[in-house]
Amino acid sequence: MTWYPLDTWIVVVGALCAMACALPGCYLVLRQMSLMGDAISHAVLPGLALAFIFTGSRASVEMFVGAAATGVLTALLTQWIHRWGHVERGASLGIVFTTLFALGLLLIVQAADYVDLDPHCVLHGALELTPLDVVWDLAWGGTILEIPRAALVLAGVALFNALCIGLFYKEFKVTAFDPQLATALGIHAGAMHYLLMIMVAVTTVAAFEAVGSIIVIAMLIVPAATAYLLTDRLGVMLGLSVGVGVWGAVLGHVMAITVPTWFGFRDTSTAGMIAVALGLIFMVAVVCAPRHGLWARRRLRKAPHHVEKPAIRV
Amino acid sequence: MKATRLFDPLPRGQEHAADAPLSIHDLTVAYHRKPVLWDIDLDVPEGNLVGVIGPNGAGKSTLLKACIDSIPRASGDIRVYGRPYRQQRQRVAYVPQRESVDWDFPVSARDVVAMGTYGRIGWCRPVGRAQRQEAHEALEHVGIGHLADRQISQLSGGQQQRVFLARALAQKASLYLMDEPFAAVDAATERAIVDLLKELKQQGKTCVVVHHDLATVPSYFDRLILLNMRVVATGPVAEVFTNENLKKTYGGKLTLLTEAGQALVNTE
Repeated sequence: MTWYPLDTWIVVVGALCAMACALPGCYLVLRQMSLMGDAISHAVLPGLALAFIFTGSRASVEMFVGAAATGVLTALLTQWIHRWGHVERGASLGIVFTTLFALGLLLIVQAADYVDLDPHCVLHGALELTPLDVVWDLAWGGTILEIPRAALVLAGVALFNALCIGLFYKEFKVTAFDPQLATALGIHAGAMHYLLMIMVAVTTVAAFEAVGSIIVIAMLIVPAATAYLLTDRLGVMLGLSVGVGVWGAVLGHVMAITVPTWFGFRDTSTAGMIAVALGLIFMVAVVCAPRHGLWARRRLRKAPHHVEKPAIRV
Repeated sequence: MKATRLFDPLPRGQEHAADAPLSIHDLTVAYHRKPVLWDIDLDVPEGNLVGVIGPNGAGKSTLLKACIDSIPRASGDIRVYGRPYRQQRQRVAYVPQRESVDWDFPVSARDVVAMGTYGRIGWCRPVGRAQRQEAHEALEHVGIGHLADRQISQLSGGQQQRVFLARALAQKASLYLMDEPFAAVDAATERAIVDLLKELKQQGKTCVVVHHDLATVPSYFDRLILLNMRVVATGPVAEVFTNENLKKTYGGKLTLLTEAGQALVNTE
C-alpha cells in the first residue's frame, strides 16, 4: 500500500462528509424516521439536476437553497398525501421520493450529453476525484496546502449542523423524545421537524458529489445507529456517531486501496468501501456494545441476580 | 358587570365561572368525521381532585388532549383560568400515558424531568445547574431521587410513571391533567401518586385525572366527570357516583357495574 497526499485528502473529505451526516442522522434514528433521510437524499436529485443544468456548477448557493426547499417539500408532500390521500405514512413517503428521484434521474440522463454530470455519480459519488478540484491554496510554514472545494463545503455543512444542534440542543431533545410536551412548552415541534429536514437536505446535497445519493444514507444512519448501541446519553451518542463516521472513512479508504489488491484487482470505490466499513463497525457494536450488545446481554442472562426484581403489578 | 359581559367571549353567552382552572364550552371533537366528544360543557372548580371515568373509547384521553390543543377540535371553546390555553401554557402540566414515548431514548430520569423546566429557560439557552437541581428535587419528591442517573428504560413501570409526575411537578403548574397515571403501576407507586395528589390539592392546585379503577374513585377524588362521548354527569363524588349514572355511562357492562356496586357499598 502506498499512501499519497491525495489519499489523505480523500480520507479528510470522506470523514468530513461522515461527520456532517452523523449529527442529523442521530435525530433521524432517535425519532424512528430513518426512512425520511433515505427519502430526502433521493428527493433532492431533481433540484440538483436542475441546478447543474442551469448554473453548470456544483455546490452553488442556489443548489443549497433548492435542496433545503426540496427537503421541506418532501416532508410536506408526505404529510399531505398521508392525510388527504388516506395513505399509510410509509407508503406516502415511498410515493413522494421515488417520483422525485425518477424525475431527477430522467433530467440527469437527458442532460448528460451537455453537462458534466454522470448518472453513476448518483450511485456512489466520486470521492476519489474531489481532491483534484482545488479552490484554496493555503501557504503554511513553507508547505502549501491545497484545499479541495468538497472539503471546504462539507466542513461548512458539518459546522452548520453542529451549530444548529448545539444552539437548539434542548429543543431538539424534547421534540424527539416527546413532541407533545414540546408543543405544550411552547416549542414548535413542527418547526424543529422542518429544521431537521432542512439539515438533512443540505447535508445530502453537500455529500452528493463525494458519495452520491445512495451511500449517503449509510452515512446518515449507520454511525448514529452504532452510537445508539454504545451509550445511554444523547450528548455522548452525538459525539460517538461523529467518531464512528470518521473511523468508517479512514477504515473504508484503507480497505478500498488494499483489500482488492489481495485478490489481484485494482483499488475500488472508497465511498462504497466506507459504507461497508461502517456496516462492519456496526456489526462489532451489535456484538460487543457494553449494555445492549449480544455479549453483554448473554452475560446478564447467565447472572440473573443483576436483573432487578420486576415491580408487583396490581 | 355589564362591561364584562360585553367582552365575554363565550359564544352562547352561557354563564361560566370567569377564571375556573378549566372551563369547557360546547366542545366537539371528531376523528375522521366520527365524533369522539359531543357537546361537552363543564367547569372544573379550583383546588379539586377531579376524576374522569368512562368506558374504553369514551373520549377520556381525547378530552385532556383537547384541553392542551394537542388535537384539533370541530367546535367549542376551552378556557384555562379564563384564557385560551396558548396564553396559559405555563400554568398547565400534562402527564401523558406511559406508552406515548419511547423509553429506550438515551436520556436519564433527571434529563426527562428537567424537560419540565424548558418552558422557563427560553430558546437556545442550555439547561443550567438550577434546573438540574429542580429536576432532582422533583425526583426526590416522588421518592426516586436515587434513580436520577438511570437511563429511563432501566426503570420499572411504576418508576417511569413517577418520572412523568416529577416532570409535571418541575413544570410548576397550577392545573395538572393526568392521563391514567394509575395504569399498571405497583402498589407503592399508587400510594405515592395518591399522596402527591392530596398534597397538590392542599397547595390549592387542581388535578384532572383519567381513572379506570371504579373501586378507588370515592377515596381518591372530590369530584367526578362521567364521560361517554357526552358528559353523563359531573359534580361532587357523593352526588354523582351513583349506580344509575354508572349504568348510563358504561351501558350494560355488568362486570364493571358489580365492581362499582361494590365500591358504592364500601363507601356507605
